[in-house]
Amino acid sequence: MNRIDQRFAALKAQGRRALIPYITAGDPAPQYTVAFMHALVRAGADVIELGVPFSDPMADGPVIQKACERALKHQVRLSHLFEMVREFRQDDAETPVVLMGYLNPVERIGLEAFADQAREAGVDGVLIVDMPPEEADILGPTLKARGLASIFLVAPTTSRARAATICAHGEGYLYYVSLKGVTGGATPDADDVAEHLAPLRELTDLPLCVGFGIRDGASAAEVGRVADGVIVGSALVSRIAENADDPEAIPAALEAVLGEMRQALDA
Amino acid sequence: MSKFSDLTRLPDARGHFGPYGGRFVSETLSFALEDLEKTYLSLRDDPDFQAEFDYDLAHYVGRPSPLYHAERWSKQLGGAQVWLKREDLNHTGAHKVNNTIGQALLAKKSGKPRVIAETGAGQHGVATATVAARLGLECEVYMGAEDVERQKLNVYRMRLLGANVIPVESGTRTLKDAMNEALRDWVTNVDNTFYIIGTVAGPHPYPMLVRDFNAVVGREARWQSVEEFGRLPDALIACVGGGSNAMGLFYPFVEDDEVVMYGVEAGGDGVASGRHAAPLASNAPRGVLHGTRTYLMSDEGGQVSDTHSISAGLDYPGVGPEHALWKDVGRVNYVAADDDAVLEAFRELTHVEGIMPALESAHALAYAKVLAPTMRPDQHIVVNLSGRGDKDILTVAKLDGIDI
Repeated sequence: MNRIDQRFAALKAQGRRALIPYITAGDPAPQYTVAFMHALVRAGADVIELGVPFSDPMADGPVIQKACERALKHQVRLSHLFEMVREFRQDDAETPVVLMGYLNPVERIGLEAFADQAREAGVDGVLIVDMPPEEADILGPTLKARGLASIFLVAPTTSRARAATICAHGEGYLYYVSLKGVTGGATPDADDVAEHLAPLRELTDLPLCVGFGIRDGASAAEVGRVADGVIVGSALVSRIAENADDPEAIPAALEAVLGEMRQALDA
Repeated sequence: MSKFSDLTRLPDARGHFGPYGGRFVSETLSFALEDLEKTYLSLRDDPDFQAEFDYDLAHYVGRPSPLYHAERWSKQLGGAQVWLKREDLNHTGAHKVNNTIGQALLAKKSGKPRVIAETGAGQHGVATATVAARLGLECEVYMGAEDVERQKLNVYRMRLLGANVIPVESGTRTLKDAMNEALRDWVTNVDNTFYIIGTVAGPHPYPMLVRDFNAVVGREARWQSVEEFGRLPDALIACVGGGSNAMGLFYPFVEDDEVVMYGVEAGGDGVASGRHAAPLASNAPRGVLHGTRTYLMSDEGGQVSDTHSISAGLDYPGVGPEHALWKDVGRVNYVAADDDAVLEAFRELTHVEGIMPALESAHALAYAKVLAPTMRPDQHIVVNLSGRGDKDILTVAKLDGIDI
């Protein structure tokens, strides 16, 4: 059983919601990322989404665009991400790690090479933002053969027919994008989210996690009422940006933000 | 029977041109693209829609555009006869308007009150702002901050037309970043906004519909060639950035095996220098950007490369997916012209024929200078003069050390 499935099974047994932080690997510099990942786990992370920096992050708002730019100043590549995950795994064999990014860096190193190296490093799932299920036949089977979960997005604009396709392809969890827009947008409305999640529950047993616009304990708790997990990215990446000149202060800042969400979610 | 007949049946149902094309977008946009595809497919063969499109092309754009025999220049080059397809004479001064007229009609049919566009040299932005003004649509144009600087005339032109021009400061501050920002806008405002993409790139169905709207150029060139010199041309030449003007000219000739085609990319400082915008001519790796798989200039880590060209309109690291396939199957030869050769061609046509080409189009002319002397005087080349050069006067003056 994949670490992601194990974690969600355990959470379900405990009646708890998953807390899934996102950070961009290599931001503000590659030597800090592993320490940040451990800080996120200390603050209560159930799954870590590790962003693969890309020169053209079309689905991201300004906060994550700038994170990519900071990381790319250090020429951070997938090979560095695999090293980071390998190092993280030396001290943490349990927390699932999902790589999240855009297709081009993956295609450039080759799909098989990517999947082999990801598995070997200790990655558990892959979410390619610009690869909807219709285009996923090139990568999906390659990941599956290595026990890596293909995670997909569902949006408020997704039709029922498409949702069925996505649910048929999805593994690990479904990432419901709570609003029309880029990452770091407005806080989602829980009732609206609930309305969109209900039909998905009929289509799949996958855990439904909600991201985009969750910034603090209150918004996490609100969305946690209706979802199986909450995903938080820009709120954390903002803390990294604010402390980019003093990276030693970042782990505590991340723990403070995520810890508040954990408490609110478990309350 | 043409050995290229299969090419006319593309894209397939998923928007693929062989291994290229497709719809690589985040989930929020999938719905809008499916919707656009449905709208377009229902209207494509609708005689009323076509009649409306044709009427606008005739009476608003001023089509057909002439096929002009550049007799004096041909003599000077000493070889084939060079004919210029005068897209520079269209309303707004370039081929871009063929596509914006078509997409604006689609926007009108879909009832969306707001249009957005990306632009490089500003020609597509101007063409979009123009049709938006005519239809009373709100219009925002994303333009790289560097391009806003080097294309000041077009920026002001768009503002006069009532469009809001938004300078994009992210990334390399050029066309690709403008397209990123336009996609971010669209994903946020997808309910009320129609995205008018300016080239044969982007996610399916854009490469198909932009091709179809521009194919009027090649259809006219076919009958005009027969009328002027009694047969089809021996060669076609067009510049290629994203590739919409080349696609428009080439597509109706794709099954005419005897017509040799040349797509001319931006060679910048020379393909060997690495400072260029020629993904096909430099045999760049395959990759995915802006929703489509194609030849894409990127580094070993998969980060999209900075490009360089004297012409903002060709300064793009990718290329339309159909061109990528045409390179692989050998239907079109893709070559590059570097900045120096382009400027020389720009000056030469202006002096010899009294026609000032856009710097983009001057890439095609630069290759005509290479090709024509290798052919006989009884052979014919059609060059797509895709736009006029007024917008580039400041750029050229600056290179001459003149501050206007």
